[in-house]
Amino acid sequence: MLASLRRILALIRKEILAVLKDARTRNMLLIQPVLQCLLFGYAATLDLNNVPYAVLDRDRSTASSALLAKLDGSGVFHRIANLTQADQMKRLIDNQTVLLVIQIDPDFQRRLSAGEDAPVQMIADGRNSNTAGAALGYAGAAVDSFNADWRADHGLPPSPITVSPRAWYNANLETRWNLIPALVGTITLMSTLMLSALSVAREREEGTFDQLLVTPFRPVEIMAGKAIPAMMIGVVQATNALLVAQLWFRIPFAGSYVTLYVGLILFLLAAVGIGLFVSSIAATMQQAMLYAFVTIMPFSLLSGLTTPISSMPAVMQDFTLINPLRYAIDLVHRVYLEGVGLDRLTPDLWPMAIIAAVTLSAAAWMFRNRLE
Amino acid sequence: MSVGSGVPVIEGRKLAKSFRGPGKQLVQALDDVSFAVMPGTLTALVGPDGAGKTTLIRLMAGLMIADAGELTVLGFDVKGDPQAIQDRIGYMPQRFGLYEDLSVQENLDLYADMHGVSAQDRRARYPMLMEMTALGPFTRRLAGKLSGGMKQKLGLACTLVRAPDLLLLDEPTVGVDPLSRRELWDIVSRLVREEGVPVLLSTAYLDEAARCEHVMVLHQGKLLSQGPPSAVSGLADGRVFDVQSDGGEPARELQARLLDEPDVLDASPEAGRVRIVRREGAPEDPGAGSAGLRFSPVPARFEDGFMVLLQPNAGQAGPAKDDAADMKLEHPPAADAGQPVIEVDKVVKRFGDFVAVDQISFQIRRGEIFGLLGPNGAGKTTTFRMLCGLLRPTSGGLKIAGADLKRSPASARQKIGYVAQKFSLYAQLSVAENLDFFASAYGLYGARRRQRIDWAMAQFQLGPIANQLGGQLPGGYKQRLATAAALLHEPDILFLDEATSGADPLARREFWRRITALAQQGVTVIVTTHFMVEAEYCDRIAILDSGRVLAQGSPAEIRARGATASNAQPTMEDAFIAVIEAARAPSPNERAA
Repeated sequence: MLASLRRILALIRKEILAVLKDARTRNMLLIQPVLQCLLFGYAATLDLNNVPYAVLDRDRSTASSALLAKLDGSGVFHRIANLTQADQMKRLIDNQTVLLVIQIDPDFQRRLSAGEDAPVQMIADGRNSNTAGAALGYAGAAVDSFNADWRADHGLPPSPITVSPRAWYNANLETRWNLIPALVGTITLMSTLMLSALSVAREREEGTFDQLLVTPFRPVEIMAGKAIPAMMIGVVQATNALLVAQLWFRIPFAGSYVTLYVGLILFLLAAVGIGLFVSSIAATMQQAMLYAFVTIMPFSLLSGLTTPISSMPAVMQDFTLINPLRYAIDLVHRVYLEGVGLDRLTPDLWPMAIIAAVTLSAAAWMFRNRLE
Repeated sequence: MSVGSGVPVIEGRKLAKSFRGPGKQLVQALDDVSFAVMPGTLTALVGPDGAGKTTLIRLMAGLMIADAGELTVLGFDVKGDPQAIQDRIGYMPQRFGLYEDLSVQENLDLYADMHGVSAQDRRARYPMLMEMTALGPFTRRLAGKLSGGMKQKLGLACTLVRAPDLLLLDEPTVGVDPLSRRELWDIVSRLVREEGVPVLLSTAYLDEAARCEHVMVLHQGKLLSQGPPSAVSGLADGRVFDVQSDGGEPARELQARLLDEPDVLDASPEAGRVRIVRREGAPEDPGAGSAGLRFSPVPARFEDGFMVLLQPNAGQAGPAKDDAADMKLEHPPAADAGQPVIEVDKVVKRFGDFVAVDQISFQIRRGEIFGLLGPNGAGKTTTFRMLCGLLRPTSGGLKIAGADLKRSPASARQKIGYVAQKFSLYAQLSVAENLDFFASAYGLYGARRRQRIDWAMAQFQLGPIANQLGGQLPGGYKQRLATAAALLHEPDILFLDEATSGADPLARREFWRRITALAQQGVTVIVTTHFMVEAEYCDRIAILDSGRVLAQGSPAEIRARGATASNAQPTMEDAFIAVIEAARAPSPNERAA
């Protein structure tokens, strides 16, 4: 038992040395999560700012000016053109100069004053459906706000229903708050899966695996010696990403670190299990790399990172059940933003435990079998 | 190209080339090298590892530019017009770039496309190449599935898709079995003889150099000699003797003893006797002071002259030699000589339908050096891997050091050491870190571990390079490190899988010196090798082909099987080829009847 532990420790030490000795690999592993977080934090945001739009105001009345003032004052829209003819709209949308064109009919103020419906046409560039939808949403909110003001100013009763939205755990609905904690899971999945998948394949390719197998190492010891260093590096990476989230982006941490790390370690175990399984079936590093890539892509797409799982087709939703990243992202969100304890995280914890158990035993079985 | 005319095809004047080594220090790869290669000749480039052979060939191929000096190839200045040279030569690097996932034919087509060989030329060229390399029946096979020898032949065929004016081959016979080696040589000599193509090749086999018309000996970047091989062998004239012991002392032990004699420059076992080269200025009578030994003068060979050339410091033994002889284990295996430590009983290994090893049986006794020989694809590697526990036999019994590998592999593995064919320690780790790791892997810790690592550092002179990365060591040191790591736990049994493949003659001598010392202390050694001269160090050898043991016995017994009317004193290589060919010949029973 003690001898076995000593051997595992030696292997862990060797793995860490081999990975961290090379300055380039070291930087890749430790700085990369920070860069990814910064990159995603700034570039991959779904929040709209400075949406370019144009106006075809045929009314040119105080009412139409007040409506446009609402848009301009929202901080979301940026008017870049005042049009005079309808045929100018197409050109601006086509060459993506504007995302949105607002057309106000000549009798806008008259209809409003008469208490009639006063339609305002909004034309959005639907080629990017996400952004167009969001822009229309913001524009709609501006129109609602105009309506409320108009009613108040003209002594009309307020609308029978008013919606007062309140987003819990992310009051301003900042994409960043959603995205950066989710990256903690995504980045560590990529690195640990890659590291563990390549580590055995590399040894196999370089002939050192044979050398390892002729020593008293047992397959289980080799597995442990490969899994633990990859997990350790995963923990450091997750920590780096968390530091960026809190110190740079100032996203407040609501939960307990112990809870978060317990969940993360279970997740890393599942990720390493998948990596080692990939490693056990790959004959070369190139194969291991390809297998790892084809695993990582669907895992990140079907994780809820960018698109909500609830809006996926039913088959895809079923597939996400075997995706450890799905649970990890949910877990990090809930601990980080919501602050829940371990007791309420069981729906995330047990699937990851099952995935880890299945992949690790499959990998161990494959290792033993490849000896035959 | 006119054959035999007086204008050299390659001419170098005062060539120099240096590199930055791993430690940023300057390494002089070539220093003041001047030479000429004549048309229509076969030229060999020999020298120890790191002598500058590959650098010189790459300079000739226009892949590098010399720091100083002039080099003309086929009349073109290499510096001025490397492309003109590359358009006219064929160059096969040490690791030829075959595409393993393409078939033999696809590889050929690819190289023909790259060299812009027309369809018409291909029609004329392909049958010739196929006939020459005997690859015709395998055109559809994937290159990755070919044996080592066939890969080399395919590499050569790819190099020859376009008829070159000059052929440069960098160690074409490394890691190739004697049969394939002979076939490769047939191809090369045919090219020179029938097509008049000048060929320059580098080699670690000194017997190959002896077959060339012109030999250049490089050592530490300097050209020590150039001329016909007889010029080199002539250096040892009158200094070579065949030594025989009256007392029946095994050749290997006599060789080790003779190497320690101050007058002896080199000694190697051969046919149960020992061949020695004496130092310059040694006393007239070689037998003086050595009772029980009979010395008879023999004609010098190229190898003898080569050793004289490389060890000019007469009267002083080389440092490597002495240290290697001091190889002492702290806890040698229990002395129960004669007990079988490895028992192989009717072992079969199948891969699907393919029977790689077919009912082989043999026993290896403690302290024996046992050689496993055979052509590529004979089942030698499979057998070896089963002995080490890397593969499990399909059926049959296999006992290593009394343990059944099927039941208690971990404890059995504690008793074995393994040195793989290619360097298989961690390239990213330093020498010290590698030793550290393998010491832990074998369960050594505390004071004992420190003691064993110190022992390995001292025995293999690894101290000065302890902090260098394993992957950046020169070939000879890699080999030493691998052996050191395999001996840390003082194994009872040492497995050496083509451990000297690609090593130069000096490194091989030193290596065998250590192995001999280990065997004397009771370590059982199992080796595979393609160097038939190394079989002379073994107590017993087994020759395998098609998964069966064809012959088994002492080197003398095996050698006797190669004797024919025309060749009464066959070399080990002759005997090896004779045994394989006899077994491969169709229905030998009929012929006997």
